[in-house]
Amino acid sequence: MPIFYETEVNSRLMLGTAQYPSPAILAQAFKRSGAGIATVSVRREAGGERAGQDFWDLIADLGVKLLPNTAGCHSVREAVTTAQMARELFDTPWIKLEVIGHADTLQPDPFGLVEAARILTDDGFQVFPYCTEDLVLCDRLIKAGCRVLMPWGAPIGTGLGLNNVYGLRSLRAHFPDVPLVVDAGLGLPSQAAQAMELGYDAVLLNTAVAKAGDPATMAEGFARALDAGRLAFEADPMEPRDMAAPSTPILGKAFLA
Amino acid sequence: MKIIVNGAAHDTAATTLAGLLDELGHGQAKIATAVNEAFVPAAMREKQTLTMGDRIEIVAPRQGG
Repeated sequence: MPIFYETEVNSRLMLGTAQYPSPAILAQAFKRSGAGIATVSVRREAGGERAGQDFWDLIADLGVKLLPNTAGCHSVREAVTTAQMARELFDTPWIKLEVIGHADTLQPDPFGLVEAARILTDDGFQVFPYCTEDLVLCDRLIKAGCRVLMPWGAPIGTGLGLNNVYGLRSLRAHFPDVPLVVDAGLGLPSQAAQAMELGYDAVLLNTAVAKAGDPATMAEGFARALDAGRLAFEADPMEPRDMAAPSTPILGKAFLA
Repeated sequence: MKIIVNGAAHDTAATTLAGLLDELGHGQAKIATAVNEAFVPAAMREKQTLTMGDRIEIVAPRQGG
């Protein structure tokens, strides 16, 4: 099972906590998926409001590790301050670092991401950067102190799957010892299986489960696909070929023409 | 004193961040704070004095992806 910053988790699924029809369905989805990590965020709260405490109680009952994010941050300063507030609230050095660079695609800002990753690492954070599959960016993130990389499969919330399989495969080959997580863009369990077949360590998703007609059942579907894809990776798949090759032996076939 | 709390204008009698949080009814709520875009740890709220025009952010745990 994957190890993130010396912590082994018991699942290859990291599951978001947003957009579920109800808290009860969220809890069911986590139970049936077996997800080991839940992503969470920080948002404004008014005096007397109990939304924060209620959500805290809910996720505490899930019994999973928490990965706070800096979702929606577009500047380094904003991301760093959000991370610091999240560390105090959730009592963890883990941070899913998002520095958004483009409003339509929610593509990471690679320049701000590296700068923020360095600042947070120097401040004692263990950074999980939401990044693209760009090899140079990923190399800079590792030099900035990241020991996990989380490239997107496709833009957040699209469900388009792995848009650049070549790039993701290349990243796996270049960083064989760095835990790699496909974060964002997955819509179906088959896409999660594909990430596993490429040798990725985990996937992080939210919308695909939360917006399914039956989130808990979809969560279990993802869990099974991750198992299947990982087994395939460990089993050393056959090489594809262009020409047909009979699997049934020719020798001994009855002559009936 | 006029300040900005979570993006909205607010008139406060408090002189410190801790006083403001009491005034707003946060009590022992699970919150984190920033003043003028800089994080202020819980232990520093008593010492964090407020100045007119300060921008205060008060956040709590929420759902995220």
